[in-house]
Amino acid sequence: MELLVQQIINGLTVGAVYALIALGYTMVYGILELINFAHGEIYMLGAYLGIIILGFLTAVGLTAASLPLAIVITVVAAGVICAAYGATMEKVAYRPLREAPRLAPLISAMGVSIFLQNYVMLTQGPNDKVFPNIIPKNGFTVLGAEVTYLQLFIMGSSVALMAGLHLFIMKTKMGRAMRATALDKKMAGLMGVNVDSVITVTFVLGSFLAAAAGVMVAMYYGLVNFYIGYLAGMKAFTAAVLGGIGNVPGAMVGGLVLGILESLGAGYLWPEYKDAFAFIVLVLILIVRPQGLLGVRVPDKV
Amino acid sequence: MTMHKNPIIRTVLISLWFGLLILPFSDVAFSAEVSAAIAVSLFAVMGLRAVMRSGAASGLRAASARISDTASMLANSRKGIPALTALAIFLCVFPVFADRYALDLATQSGIYIVLALGLNIVVGQTGLLVLGYVAFYAVGAYTYAILGTAHGVNFWAALPIAVFLAGIFGIMLGAPALRLRGDYLAIVTLGFGEITRIVLNNWDSLTGGPNGISGVPRPSTGFVAFSSLSHFYYLVLALVVLTIFLVKRLNDSRIGRAWIAIREDEIAAEAMGVNTMMLKLLAFMLGAMLAGLAGAFYSAKMGFVSPESFNFLESVIILCMVVLGGMGSIAGVVVGALVLYLLPEALRDLQQYRMLIFGAAMVTIMVFRPQGILGTRRRGIELSLKETA
Repeated sequence: MELLVQQIINGLTVGAVYALIALGYTMVYGILELINFAHGEIYMLGAYLGIIILGFLTAVGLTAASLPLAIVITVVAAGVICAAYGATMEKVAYRPLREAPRLAPLISAMGVSIFLQNYVMLTQGPNDKVFPNIIPKNGFTVLGAEVTYLQLFIMGSSVALMAGLHLFIMKTKMGRAMRATALDKKMAGLMGVNVDSVITVTFVLGSFLAAAAGVMVAMYYGLVNFYIGYLAGMKAFTAAVLGGIGNVPGAMVGGLVLGILESLGAGYLWPEYKDAFAFIVLVLILIVRPQGLLGVRVPDKV
Repeated sequence: MTMHKNPIIRTVLISLWFGLLILPFSDVAFSAEVSAAIAVSLFAVMGLRAVMRSGAASGLRAASARISDTASMLANSRKGIPALTALAIFLCVFPVFADRYALDLATQSGIYIVLALGLNIVVGQTGLLVLGYVAFYAVGAYTYAILGTAHGVNFWAALPIAVFLAGIFGIMLGAPALRLRGDYLAIVTLGFGEITRIVLNNWDSLTGGPNGISGVPRPSTGFVAFSSLSHFYYLVLALVVLTIFLVKRLNDSRIGRAWIAIREDEIAAEAMGVNTMMLKLLAFMLGAMLAGLAGAFYSAKMGFVSPESFNFLESVIILCMVVLGGMGSIAGVVVGALVLYLLPEALRDLQQYRMLIFGAAMVTIMVFRPQGILGTRRRGIELSLKETA
């Protein structure tokens, strides 16, 4: 029982992070029908920025004064910088290819991914980078399972960010423009939606969320390196597909489900196949229910 | 990014923007250097454009069009025969003057060409995006590695088994996955590739786990032991020629045309009586078999296999060979394989910068030639109504 609760709590923590990254995949896919393979690297940049910015804030003395404030500033600053990276990436590597054959932007995305990995390796060094040891590891017990405050913080802020995104998409003018563009890009353009800026905003939002996820993972595991983006990106993409790609609530559900499944699979079945578990689940779900958990089956257009 | 009408101010703003992006990851001096470098190169491009606009542009464009036409012409028309003969002679005498390193590169390029041609059947011809292609390559490589070391099976006896097993894997993956469309298919194959690698990594008793299998024997026949690298080079050369011949014949056949029909419009193809399911499965199987073939040769050449060689990046690079060179065109795929395998090798002097440049080059090539280096303009006639619809 304790093990079960513990695994579910761990799974929810990781799942919340997957969900945050998955949102970026799903939003971009919903609008551009592009698998943004470089999205995982934005998350990796975010994790590095978390360490860099928090290190800077510690040097300034802010961390000692108020740790929560320092963490919030770190998340926001990393988010803003990654948003700038995301927007630049779109402008440089994807926008010129919007009318190109379908595979061209995909290859371009892989190029960006390789570029960013090596860019971080060159500027930050190839070794693991350690998160400053200032996050308290204490927590409390629920049903015999240990919950740290950090886990609570990760779950809480993920939910808050997702709720914020949901409100943005449903309530604001830009959100409406995004939904319209996802439905029909050309028609939205004819109705006066500035499709280019909608796409930029999509990348900005997705990158912000990925950066937040990166900072939180860096705090959670305490270690980052330049290749963490690939696996996290793949799993987040799995989560997006699991929920039904292009579907924003689906990405959230998919992330949490994947996190729990993975953590239970690793805890009860085969720990050494932990990373394969996500993919096995993905393959099975897609074969049984190709549109994903919350997706709608779209009939083929002639 | 701020867009400003004045090109000079715009250039300055762009370079400042990139400098700011880099700042958190390095220091002020380095960011300023990069900023300045970007500004200088942007101004250089602007200057070059101005020069080209004054007349040279049309000539240059014609030249680039000629380059892309030449290769397809070489492959198709009689005019190419002297050039092809020269190429054949060059390839045959290559081991005489090449050093070990060059020979090794050439052999490995050949293996990549076979792989890329195999993937081209699936991605370029049939239009199915597969991201886990390396799994089939791994099946072929491990099959021979296991048979050759643990059971002492001769290469030539193991080769059909490797190809057959890879084909079976192709069908096993293809049958359920082909019900999915586009990106879903891509992601399922990606998952399959990852599962294969993780299984190879963990099934210690069979695959040796992360340590892999070493001491894989070189192929031999009764007369020739292909033990030296130059012998192996000829073997791979023969394999490449055979593969190109096979793929070319397939492309021109009824099956090849059906594949193109599926790629261009699956529903229309089905309505015209093309058995899309069987043909997609066939494409999958043939692609997988070629990968298995390449895999067996790879493990014989290296004498060593490990899961590390079959990671996702490898799948990506093979896919890039197909797309970058020009999807669907055999010459394009061959050029793509050569460029993508030899480019990082040529950049070896730049050491740690080479993968950075490699990534940037992938983006640049795609942005300027989305149809690939030797890509042909889209075949077939598009209804002009489509633009207004």
